[in-house]
Amino acid sequence: MLDVLEGFIQELRTAGLPVSLTENLDAMEAVQHIPMEDREAFKYALAATLVKSHAHWKAFETVFEVYFSLRRPGPGDEADLESDADAGNLQLDESGAAGAGAMDSLSPEELAEMLYKALLNADEATLKALARQAVTRFAGMEPGRPVGGTYYLYRTLRNLDLDGVLERLMEASREQAEQAGGELTSLEERLERDEYQERIAQLRQEIEAEIRRRLVADRGPEAMARTLRKPLPEDVDFMHASRDEMAQLRRTIQPLARKLAVRLARKRRHGRKGPLDFRNTMRHSLSYGGVPAEPKFRYPRPAKPEILVVADISGSVAAFARFTLMFVYAIASQFSRVRAFVFIDGIDEVTRFFEGTEDVNQAVHRVNTEADVIWVDGHSDYGHAFQVFWEKWGREVSPKSSVILLGDARNNYHSSQAWIVKELRQRARHVYWLNPEPRSYWDTGDSIVSEYGAHCDGVYECRNLRQLERFVEQLG
Amino acid sequence: MTLTNAEPRFESVPAVREGLAGVNYLADEGIAGVVYLADRLQKPVLIEGPAGTGKTQLAKSIAELTESRLIRLQCYEGLDESKALYEWNYKKQLLRIQVERNEDEKATWNDIEEDIFAEDFLLTRPLLEAIRATDPVVLLIDEVDRVEVETEALLLEILSDYQVSIPELGTVQATQVPLVFLTSNNTRELSEALKRRCLYLHLDYPDLAREKEIVLARVPGITENLADQIARVVRSIRQLELKKAPSVSETLDWARTLLLLGATEISEAQATETLHILLKYQSDIEKAAKELSAAAS
Repeated sequence: MLDVLEGFIQELRTAGLPVSLTENLDAMEAVQHIPMEDREAFKYALAATLVKSHAHWKAFETVFEVYFSLRRPGPGDEADLESDADAGNLQLDESGAAGAGAMDSLSPEELAEMLYKALLNADEATLKALARQAVTRFAGMEPGRPVGGTYYLYRTLRNLDLDGVLERLMEASREQAEQAGGELTSLEERLERDEYQERIAQLRQEIEAEIRRRLVADRGPEAMARTLRKPLPEDVDFMHASRDEMAQLRRTIQPLARKLAVRLARKRRHGRKGPLDFRNTMRHSLSYGGVPAEPKFRYPRPAKPEILVVADISGSVAAFARFTLMFVYAIASQFSRVRAFVFIDGIDEVTRFFEGTEDVNQAVHRVNTEADVIWVDGHSDYGHAFQVFWEKWGREVSPKSSVILLGDARNNYHSSQAWIVKELRQRARHVYWLNPEPRSYWDTGDSIVSEYGAHCDGVYECRNLRQLERFVEQLG
Repeated sequence: MTLTNAEPRFESVPAVREGLAGVNYLADEGIAGVVYLADRLQKPVLIEGPAGTGKTQLAKSIAELTESRLIRLQCYEGLDESKALYEWNYKKQLLRIQVERNEDEKATWNDIEEDIFAEDFLLTRPLLEAIRATDPVVLLIDEVDRVEVETEALLLEILSDYQVSIPELGTVQATQVPLVFLTSNNTRELSEALKRRCLYLHLDYPDLAREKEIVLARVPGITENLADQIARVVRSIRQLELKKAPSVSETLDWARTLLLLGATEISEAQATETLHILLKYQSDIEKAAKELSAAAS
């Protein structure tokens, strides 16, 4: 048992979760109080001691699944499966659909029919059995074949046509409503759909688990954990984030923006002491009988920081740009004075799109479609974009403003106009450059980041949340 | 760090669950498991999650269940030692010095000093109070993410060793280990040091079945059918992308409202009219109303 736990924690660490020695010991102690047979409780016991951030929960769950739930394809488990399947078939007997244990011999149509019925009645046991059957039948798994679980999942789902099933289910509820003498109101329809979608999602999970279970049996937990290892949310590369990962990232941006706001504001408050505030001192002297015993100073009023974000949204950094726009949106909700500019070879101010809208997606969409950023051919031209920026808005950059430039500095061999960045730096409080490319790619090909970087207060590699966070941290 | 006198409060995980159900708090497997572990391992529990999912209520219910006194420390920006741990009652100390001077001319400095830094002059604040209590207590440190990172350090000693060091008096050891709950709305990352000392529990919005149970348990007189519908509508709304998703407490408010309005089932019009109880942003309300009435396509 301790060995398994040791391996488990090792895997968590490799996956990037920070598990300290104390937490390790706590977990060891915790499992003594919880019987291992109780899977759910056991899982939560481990999670409570080892995982201290909700963002890591998914990673933990995957590793746990591989190490504990799916382990031991021993005789005990088989029996379990059998009885599950029996239960499923028994219920089917009642509905007269198929004979017990005969799932293997069903035709695809019959199987689809069974799936439909099971989803309609939320029949969990049958759904489980069906998931197993579907994997056996459609996934075409071969031992030792070096493909990931997603491939098998895709193959299985393609054959099940779940979208079609959903439509059929909806059709059925509509008919039912008609028979009852009425129509589904849109609210009811929506609720029904949500319900079925939830059930189908459950089925999907079941299938996924089944595939993993078989893969683990085939390859062993260590190898499996390795293939399943995904970067933690804070390590996901902006440029290659999937849609789910993007959604997750978005949730984490808000706290980060708040932190940035605090950093920039705090810096100002902790400034020097101001000159003596005579009025205030006199007022306080009254409590000492007119003796000005407690001098009061006029602290410099924390000036409102102004942030100018200038972001490249050309194709080469499109994924990153989407993220930066979200980040700008989050910052805008924290600061009163944020101005956003986007460019490809032309440049346009997009602050107006962020104002008065609550929906970040909508704002991003409007930026991408309405902003006037194309000057000649729609290929990045930093030099021209900066030049226009300087002519149009350069005068508005003041010692209060911090300028954040975002982009990969791939200039398509146009002239760099780096003097503008230099001018900007003289005028603004700070100029930072965030580059979404790995450092090793900098200054290769048409990238001229160091030419600009020479004039910035700092150039930072910013490919994932961790790096962005580090940038925010060091501002303070 | 382990105190020997501790007797486990709970028999087993299911016992915790049933007990909580007895005081109208419907716990799931995770909640019950973590509470049970907290008792066995004598560790504080850090509860994180969106607002209104019953974080504070969990501590209250545990207090009710174990018949303990609930001591609550509400955190806020600027919370300091004198508000959280203890403070010397300096007015009383001053008086004491005055009296002493009048009574006894020969009192030396040491006498006085020893005298005025005694327990009589100590004002206990929630944390110290929880440590010194002889009756069973549950300590709730609410919204711990509101204090600054530096202030978190104040909590560390009490969380890991259940003791408070007072320079003038020495160390005050806990007579019994209280159950400690910390809640956080996750507005910022808590420090590693704090997290390490706690068990971690993430409370999310409940699933459909549990939410329905909660409505049934908390709103007397509601029919099963209505509760089911409420839970389903709320689930649909939570799937939308909103500024603030409806919390459990808002679900309960909504259920009560519908009950007062005499609804037996939710019609579309009624749902749209009462949305403002579930959602607190105008833009959210508009969006949800639009989504609910537009036929799902």
